[in-house]
Amino acid sequence: MTSWKTLQAALAGTGYIASDDLATALHIAITLGRPLLLEGAAGVGKTEIARALATVKETQLIRLQCYEGLDASQAIYEWNYQRQLLSIRAASEAGETGAAVEARIFSEDYLLERPLLKAIRQETPPVLLIDEIDRGDEEFEAYLLEVLSEFQITIPELGTITAKTRPLVILTANGTRDLSDALRRRCIYAHVDYPDRQTELAILASRSPTTEAHLARQIVGFVQKLREEELEKVPGVAEMLDFAAALAGLGIKDLTADPDVLLACLATLLKTQSDRAAVPIEVAARIAGKAA
Amino acid sequence: MSKVTRFAAADPGPAARVSGFMAHLREHGFRLGVAETETALQALSCVNPIVPSDARLALKSVCAGSVEDIAQFDLLFDAFWMAEGRVCQKVVPTDHVKPIENTKSSRTDTTQATQDTGAVHAPEDGAEGSESHSEGTGKLVASKVTNLMKKDLRELVSAEDIRAAELVAIRLGKALKDRRSRRRKAAKRGASIDLRRTMRQSLASGGEPLRLARRTRPDRPLKIVTLCDVSGSMMDYARPFLAFLAGLMRADSASDAYLFHTRLVRITNALRDDDPLRALNRITLLADGFGGGSKIGANLQQFADSYARHFVDGRSVVIILSDGYDSESPEVLGTALAKLKRRDCKIIWLNPLKGWKGYEPVARGMAAALPHLDAFAAATTLNDLAALEHTLARL
Repeated sequence: MTSWKTLQAALAGTGYIASDDLATALHIAITLGRPLLLEGAAGVGKTEIARALATVKETQLIRLQCYEGLDASQAIYEWNYQRQLLSIRAASEAGETGAAVEARIFSEDYLLERPLLKAIRQETPPVLLIDEIDRGDEEFEAYLLEVLSEFQITIPELGTITAKTRPLVILTANGTRDLSDALRRRCIYAHVDYPDRQTELAILASRSPTTEAHLARQIVGFVQKLREEELEKVPGVAEMLDFAAALAGLGIKDLTADPDVLLACLATLLKTQSDRAAVPIEVAARIAGKAA
Repeated sequence: MSKVTRFAAADPGPAARVSGFMAHLREHGFRLGVAETETALQALSCVNPIVPSDARLALKSVCAGSVEDIAQFDLLFDAFWMAEGRVCQKVVPTDHVKPIENTKSSRTDTTQATQDTGAVHAPEDGAEGSESHSEGTGKLVASKVTNLMKKDLRELVSAEDIRAAELVAIRLGKALKDRRSRRRKAAKRGASIDLRRTMRQSLASGGEPLRLARRTRPDRPLKIVTLCDVSGSMMDYARPFLAFLAGLMRADSASDAYLFHTRLVRITNALRDDDPLRALNRITLLADGFGGGSKIGANLQQFADSYARHFVDGRSVVIILSDGYDSESPEVLGTALAKLKRRDCKIIWLNPLKGWKGYEPVARGMAAALPHLDAFAAATTLNDLAALEHTLARL
């Protein structure tokens, strides 16, 4: 039996540094075949974990982005109506009988797979990422519960399709609304936080190995300090990596060297007008000085 | 590192201990069933359960279901498993478990209440509360508000009130529809063709899709978020407003309710209780400090920073029921409302004083708030609230 540490190391191999909490939860979710519910602020790497897991398991990543009004025809399956219509016309000209036409137009050739159906029909278990589940409405959540517990989908014209393999399901939520207790209970839960200094350094090192150690410490220190400021949109890990890339692109070796360039690069971290106003050049320079 | 609890030898193995732990969590407000106990045992078999840190992570991922749970979990885990070598006599719980629902509020409420205490509950609250009683608006507060601090809400609101309020709330809820979707429907042609139904209908005409069925987006009701001021100067109006809140909660499952005086309390879950009177009882327990001073600005600021981030969006209507008498500077209120407004919601302020003849929004707080409001109306009774229907429909 592999332990969660093995999984953590494997994830690190793909460039994803998972905390102990997250790695254990993921390991348990995989072993027990339960969905994993990830909550946390935007930009902490919730979506990324699914990608990393798919790479580790060498399997396909199937993603379903939730939005308000997402319905079964977008999430599960839909008949290819245009093709069906054409086929009916063609059949009537060729003089085919009704039963044969019906059997053909309701065959799998005419079925459009959407992510959920696609996920349960794979030969090798894929990673199914249901992103931002809290954006979908409650009706969809209820339907999802059914799919996640039975792993089967009923199509009236075809019959019930049962999963060949159980996908590894990862759900993410931003806290747009409260999720139902039923869904929470079905899932293994992990809360993903902003990484601490050491973890973030490791992330930066694995994603951008060319960054020098001194600058990397400055970048991470700066971003961590910035998260303590009162901001509307706290910069996430992705923003930190953009920031590092921007600095690298400008050939900066030291954060404190040129306040003007630093301010220009802040565009990668601060994404609203009032956040920009909250961190004027002096403040940025002061934080950079402390971070060094 | 603290030592692991030693269990009495008579205790029958790990399964019993884990179920004892689950009962321990349940007593502290975790919602866990038998299925979770089973999952917890399975989860422990996935890690090395002899290592306390592994066991902790494994149990946490199964038992905790929200951020609040996680914050509590570590303490509860330590209390049960790491009790410094103390011998635990009996882990298998006895049959009867105290009915906590009546005495304690639901999970979110408890944690919120404690958080709030930390955030805004200033030590001088009591003093300020009594101060604003006396300095309030003379006539308004003098008669009734002697000491409602510990008074039962049930004396204020009756079951009939709630039923009447429910009807009003339903009507208001209907008035508040998402305008965008309504326009689409009026266009007579749906945005997209409903092919499934078109196919179905074409059967009648031998497979020729003569009539195209179309799809429109259904009307979506707006989410109503209500913040009710229950400070001293508002006590005379608490009755219709609380009934209204209770009615609203029962009529509309997407609505959300808060009380504030010197601190902000979320009462949504409590108000959803099946029994309306028991719901009020739960609120009484939650809203300790009724009839005290009001810190509208600070409370709205806190609301904008915390709950609003999750529950308020472009389809929300925030209704504030308050007289605008703030014991703090009006700037705080202004910035708080501006921040709330940026979440693209509608803000309606219902002020009981506005109904008075010759009333001008002179309370400094009210003056600061006005520029951010979508509607500013009078409301003292349930009838007034019902009359709002047309105002709301025009928003």
